Amino acid sequence: MEALEIARWQFGITTVYHFLMVPLTIGLGLLVAVMQTLWFRTGQEHYLRMTKFWGKLFLINFIMGVATGLVQEFQFGLAWSEYSRFVGDVFGAPLAMEALLAFFVESTFLGLWIFGWQRLPRILHLGSLWAAVLASVFSAYFIIVANSWMQHPVGVELVDGRARMVDAWAVFTNNTALVAFTHTVFGALAVAGGFLLGIAWYHLWKRRRDGLDTVDDDGAVIIGGASTRSRGVIDHRVWLRSARIGAVVALVSFAGTAVSGDLQAKLMFEQQPMKMAAAEAACHDGTGFSVLSVGNLGSQDCDDIVAVFEVPGLLSFLANGDFTTEVKGVNTLLPEYQEKYGKTLPDDPIYGERAGMTIDYLPVMEVTYWGFRIMIGFGGLAAFAALVALWILRKGTVPESRWLMRLAVFGILAPFGANSAGWIFTEMGRQPFVVAPNPDPSGIDGVFMFTAAAVSPGVSLAELVFSLIALTLVYAVLLVVEVKLLVIYVRGGVASAMPELAEKHDDDGGPHGKDDDDVLAFAY
Amino acid sequence: MTDMLPTLWFILIAVLWTGYLFLEGFDLGVGMLMKLFARTDRERRVLLNTVGPVWDGNEVWLVTAVGATLAAFPLWYASLLSTLYLPFVFVLLALIFRAVAFEYRGKMNSERWRGHWDRAIFLGSFTSAAGIGAALALTTTGLPLNENGDRVGGPFAWLTFDALLGAAAVVLFCLAHALAFLVLKTDGPIRERARRLLVRLLPFALVPLLFWAAKIYVAGGTVWTGLALLLAVAAAAASWFAERSSRDGWGFLWLGVALASSLACIFGSVYPVVLPSTISEAFNLTVVNASSSPYTLGLMSIVAALGVPLVLAYQGWTYWVFRKRVTEQSIPDAHSVIPL
Ligand code: HDD
Ligand code: HEM
Ligand code: HEM
Repeated sequence: MEALEIARWQFGITTVYHFLMVPLTIGLGLLVAVMQTLWFRTGQEHYLRMTKFWGKLFLINFIMGVATGLVQEFQFGLAWSEYSRFVGDVFGAPLAMEALLAFFVESTFLGLWIFGWQRLPRILHLGSLWAAVLASVFSAYFIIVANSWMQHPVGVELVDGRARMVDAWAVFTNNTALVAFTHTVFGALAVAGGFLLGIAWYHLWKRRRDGLDTVDDDGAVIIGGASTRSRGVIDHRVWLRSARIGAVVALVSFAGTAVSGDLQAKLMFEQQPMKMAAAEAACHDGTGFSVLSVGNLGSQDCDDIVAVFEVPGLLSFLANGDFTTEVKGVNTLLPEYQEKYGKTLPDDPIYGERAGMTIDYLPVMEVTYWGFRIMIGFGGLAAFAALVALWILRKGTVPESRWLMRLAVFGILAPFGANSAGWIFTEMGRQPFVVAPNPDPSGIDGVFMFTAAAVSPGVSLAELVFSLIALTLVYAVLLVVEVKLLVIYVRGGVASAMPELAEKHDDDGGPHGKDDDDVLAFAY
Repeated sequence: MTDMLPTLWFILIAVLWTGYLFLEGFDLGVGMLMKLFARTDRERRVLLNTVGPVWDGNEVWLVTAVGATLAAFPLWYASLLSTLYLPFVFVLLALIFRAVAFEYRGKMNSERWRGHWDRAIFLGSFTSAAGIGAALALTTTGLPLNENGDRVGGPFAWLTFDALLGAAAVVLFCLAHALAFLVLKTDGPIRERARRLLVRLLPFALVPLLFWAAKIYVAGGTVWTGLALLLAVAAAAASWFAERSSRDGWGFLWLGVALASSLACIFGSVYPVVLPSTISEAFNLTVVNASSSPYTLGLMSIVAALGVPLVLAYQGWTYWVFRKRVTEQSIPDAHSVIPL
């Protein structure tokens, strides 16, 4: 084992973990803000309940995003000090702006929203949520600018062996960043859509199983009441509306990821041809898109890969928008890379013991190949499920089937999987570079960095192993806690976020307990 | 003008750290007081809710200080974090638990559940205050760095008297600051107890901080950092007198002045060095050799000029919105989530 390997595992694990929370924060945040806006405009009770219930789940998840995000901010210095030295001049700017312009707004206004029920005028309270939620979208933009600069460095010069920013406009309007940002936000909405749909489906199912709702001969819903306020007619409306919103959002956002993803692929063929070739397991030049390939994918020369099922012309379409242009395969690209960037790591102290090692320009093909397919596949599956769900929901409820309910709840995971797969593909496909070279002839010379050079020279293997184990264990425990809490709050229904609804009678005036206006409407 | 930019950014980063310790200072302290001071669950909830709406916003000062260091002084960021690898890992773990605990503690109505999270809040607050204190002290007193800015001497090379001094300085400051904050933010018996404890604690609480400032001053101070040190001592005394005579607002404010002027003395005296090397002065990181290009610093200056006043405005507004004192009577009863 080598420090470099451990550092990479650590970065991968902590970031993928952070990105389990992030898309739900962004996507669900936007949807909760829309719900509260609808409540504000119409005053209808079910929108208030939706805001409170989904808002509660949003908060349970949000805090984990904050906690794991903190680690990200320090990581570049902890394990990747050479990387920070090399790119700090350009890479630090979006990170600092993210903190100053987005995180401050996000955390401050979310605090106002959480504790501000009944303390702020309604419009300011709603405004606080929008400020927080838009700031989280804004933060995504900044961090993706930083990440896209690693995929496609622009707006810099090489001075004294370090990247130096000369054109901020180019950095902040990097075409890679603009499409990746769009793609990521749609990906986040896909997560939120699936989350709404799955959980609302469960509750509609539960209402049927508990005998509250029944169906008539046509299968249309007959809504039943209940002894508590929490499970009356409004409750049905909460879940039906949530399920429909979720399904529509899931469908639209899949379309969004597909369109933006196609643009990304076209850029990627220009900017990181090897990544796309590896995603296709395309060894030889050609035009066909392999839907399925077998063989020893990870092998170096990639001679023993056989395409099982290939769609002629599709690869060219992905890359160029036509069906005939040949796309360069791995076998053509490898010598090109070796000629441009060298066959072995240079004899520079920055590489430590790794100097002189052969550079492997082909990313791990199993990962890029399957990462790409899992992303599209899981995303597509979730969208298809949303379509079916919309069809079923037209009758106003869901079938009593238990396995269908399980499937719906399980379906929540697919968009999460698609998002992780997308990032793992993007990041591992960039290897062996941590900053990929800009291949554009008019682009910048010499601004690229091998991952092998990026790791902190002064940090020992033992420290890295310790932190990897500690962080992974803590993250595992916290994931269990988060999921457990989410499950408990989901099971409790709207009343878990509005305890006053659980009271048996609603006609004896207000909630029990303390009643003067000194009592906090929300308290930890 | 452009040669002034690194200095300007050094000042700004010092200001960010001051803002961080001033604001998060009391919520870190409140976190420690959850175990050291509060006696019943309701008292713990009073404590939590005094910082409830604001602690996350306060923590972003840390994120911003660190992010701004990467943007403005990448070499400082790289050397400081990688050299203090273990302390920062512990700080991060502590901050993770603390953040999650704030949010999750009240989410289930069970003694055991709350007990775990109370310990997490206490340990998380203590560890992060101590770790950040150690890191700040060491960036002013020096670390064993070679010519590349990398650590020499193994994972514990940083563990010195100065590290402990910084840890003690920040932990004790946070405790005092939190008590002063509670005097302002609560009412009733809890407030009186906080004041009594604070009056007893204050004569000692700022000693490590002032000692650290004096140490740096002796090593490289100037006339104006000497004045800052005097001001810090005077402000510490003033805050004691104010708290004793129940002028709470003044007590809190003077405590803030003591912090700000101590840090001004500290950062002012080490300037232009940002991270001294204890191996050779030639390897010191300074505002000149560790900074980003004038272009980046210029861009960031514009962003900061727009952003910082805005942050101050809306964070100030938040404190105004939640200005009401929290008492045991303000806390609603805990409720359990019942599965349908
Ligand atoms: C596409 C979106 C996205 C991506 C790729 C990342 N993050 Fe993130 N991050 C967010 C979107 C986000 C967010 C949605 O804005 C979060 C989640 C919860 C929150 O408070 O904000 C957040 C939280 C968050 C926080 C805590 C903020 C606070 O205290 O309120 C920090 C310090 C970071 N992130 C830093 C990073 C870094 C350094 C990343 C790169 C490695 C990174 N994030 C990837
Ligand atoms: C947007 C901000 C991001 C930045 C600046 C960033 C930066 C980095 C850096 C510096 C590394 C370490 C060097 C390396 O091994 O390549 C890395 C690796 C990695 N990142 Fe990202 N990353 C970002 C987002 C993400 C996200 C959101 C995910 C996943 C959810 C992710 C997944 C990974 C993985 C799996 C690796 C390990 C790849 C490998 O070592 O082969 N990244 N990234
Ligand atoms: C037809 C559908 C899709 C296509 C053609 C597509 C295409 C792409 C491509 C080419 C990349 C790599 C870009 C790079 O290396 O920088 C990418 C990355 C990514 N994809 Fe997709 N994608 C699709 C669907 C999805 C879905 C459904 C999701 C999530 C729900 C998703 C989430 C992501 C994420 C999170 C990344 C990494 C971040 C980024 O670079 O934007 N994608 N996608």
